Amino acid sequence: MTDIAIQVEGLSKYYRIGKRGVQLTLKDSLAKSWRRAFNLFKFQNNRQDEFRDTNNSIWALSDVSFEVKKGEIIGIIGRNGAGKTTLLKILSRITEPTKGYAEINGRVGSLLEVGTGFHPELTGRENIYLNGAILGMKRAEIDHKFDNIVAFSEIEKFLDTPVKRYSSGMYVRLAFAVAAHLEPEVLMVDEVLAVGDTAFQRKCVGKMGDVAKEGRTVLFVSHNMSSISALCSRGIWIDNGKIVQEGPPDHVIQAYLSDGISGKSTIRFTTNAAKTGQISFISIEAEGEKPSTVLPFGKPIFIKIGYLIRERLVDHRVGVVIRNMAGVTIFVSNNSDFFTKSMSITPGTYVTRLKIPGSLLNAGIYVVSCYLGEPKVRRLDTRDNAIHFEITGNPYRSNEVRQGLLAYPFEWHLEKTDSWSQNIRGSQVKRK
Amino acid sequence: MRSSNTFSPTVVIKPSPGFTLKFKEFWNYRELLYFLIWRDIKVRYKQTMIGAAWAVIQPFFTMVVFSVIFGKFAKIPSEGLPYPIFAYCALVPWTYFANSLTKATNTMVANQNMITKVYFPRLVLPVSAVISGIPDFLISFLVLIGMMFFYKIIPTVNILFLPLFTLLAILTALAVGLWTSAANAIYRDVQYAVPFLVQFWLFASPVVYPSSLIPAHWRFLYGLNPMAGVIEGFRWVLLDKGEPPGLMLVVSLFMIILVFVGGIIYFRRMEGKIADVI
Repeated sequence: MTDIAIQVEGLSKYYRIGKRGVQLTLKDSLAKSWRRAFNLFKFQNNRQDEFRDTNNSIWALSDVSFEVKKGEIIGIIGRNGAGKTTLLKILSRITEPTKGYAEINGRVGSLLEVGTGFHPELTGRENIYLNGAILGMKRAEIDHKFDNIVAFSEIEKFLDTPVKRYSSGMYVRLAFAVAAHLEPEVLMVDEVLAVGDTAFQRKCVGKMGDVAKEGRTVLFVSHNMSSISALCSRGIWIDNGKIVQEGPPDHVIQAYLSDGISGKSTIRFTTNAAKTGQISFISIEAEGEKPSTVLPFGKPIFIKIGYLIRERLVDHRVGVVIRNMAGVTIFVSNNSDFFTKSMSITPGTYVTRLKIPGSLLNAGIYVVSCYLGEPKVRRLDTRDNAIHFEITGNPYRSNEVRQGLLAYPFEWHLEKTDSWSQNIRGSQVKRK
Repeated sequence: MRSSNTFSPTVVIKPSPGFTLKFKEFWNYRELLYFLIWRDIKVRYKQTMIGAAWAVIQPFFTMVVFSVIFGKFAKIPSEGLPYPIFAYCALVPWTYFANSLTKATNTMVANQNMITKVYFPRLVLPVSAVISGIPDFLISFLVLIGMMFFYKIIPTVNILFLPLFTLLAILTALAVGLWTSAANAIYRDVQYAVPFLVQFWLFASPVVYPSSLIPAHWRFLYGLNPMAGVIEGFRWVLLDKGEPPGLMLVVSLFMIILVFVGGIIYFRRMEGKIADVI
């Protein structure tokens, strides 16, 4: 039999976005039928007319062709709205293409979301069966895997509790556990690994790695470059519905990350193949927000640093220096402060993230510098005053602007004591 | 190729050419159908105080109101039967039909999350909506048996036809539901129109009056309303009143088949679009 798992030729998908957001009503449709009937007299070929490119229509996918061999793990990357999910939706038959052709050899399973069809009133046990059936598992298959699913989800105790009583973490773990036990020959995954806490995420990525080792074909959409880089054998970068680049994942990721998206909240640097290691981008965002240089006081701030390594290194350092506008260094931090073991690293593309706790820095403008190096050996790359950000908003209840570099909510204690003099005396005693 | 026990189908994806019925695929998804029906039944009366009693309350109190208004005040003839059982016998299939149709209409929208995230033959949804109403039907039917005891009505051998008329009620709900569910996925107008339609339909069906009120030579046309044939059939089977099914039932049967086949074709044609527009 053929060793091609997925064959895609000229796949295109057309959407009328104007009418997708706004609810279609019968009136619109009648009006359209009328227009169409009228158009028959005017144009010979009004079928062509239907797909023209106008303001309220887009080709979400246009003329996409590629081939996936059995056992390959393909990572699909691209900006939001680039067409990644549309591609997965077509390949998993949720929606039909407008044009083009695709052929998939083998049992297909798709995970565009975890927990699809979960019913809040049903218990964990019942939802495992329901969700399994929705994902295309046979009942006997679910029976067979039931214990493994429960063990993976770590919710044994709550198996007979309705899922509406679950915490969101438990809910997601159960949902992912069912999904992880789907064993099709061709698996399509859309960004579902980004669920749960870090420990669970690691477990999920591990599971994906196992799936890969078992020789299944996987199509994997993610914004998480490090998991793409770690799991995939090939990357495909999609933008505006077209394939921009495909090839070894690290190359594609690098090209994608260094693509000139304007906006000062993300600074990208041109790469130089002669360097051993290099910072490829720096970006700033408040927790849960899009990258921005203006950040509200109180929210944790993330400084993301993307970098490339072209040689194996026994240890490496990524550091950040934060200064204020007066040039005073507020703090210096590097990855060895947090990761205590030596950080050996293999060639590849990495993204590291520094979290500055919310409510630490006072309102004001700060300048970020970054460096990358091999400790005690050499400095690989330095980006001085690369990017700046502003923290706005008054940290305290009063209207006055607080002085100082930090605005940390320090701890205070208050207690009522009987004798004031005793306390004083006590402290005096200690002083002796 | 992997193990021999999993067969590896080849899926071909392209813009749909006209339409195919894909019954075989539907059959392959019978376990999903089973689970969805099971879910609907299981969840229906969760967190209610009186639970499945709701299945009885609706037809029973409708019967009480009808008996007072139409039986007592308006003095509508009831073929010599006590009006309450005359009305209730019609309300059992009618309530099933009305609830199932409403549920089928809303099923695509109610499950849109599933539709946009997972592939399965969408036909599973209206079918499960219609089938999951059957336990309610059976519960209200128990009350009908109780009433028959009360009024000392003993059904004749005609009762053997009961499953046939029950099946016709299910098919009618599904036939209309196929149209309304697919249309509602695209035009939400339908979900507002259907309760209206059901209300009118009630009075267009022989629920509060016997179909013998209609002049005999027009009665076969009355059969164009498939529920007319079903309801008259129920009365004939259980209460031994009304006409034995004749031309009217044949017309009803013909209508059911027409609406059902048309519904499947319409549903299949819309199926490909639904995930994009819902």
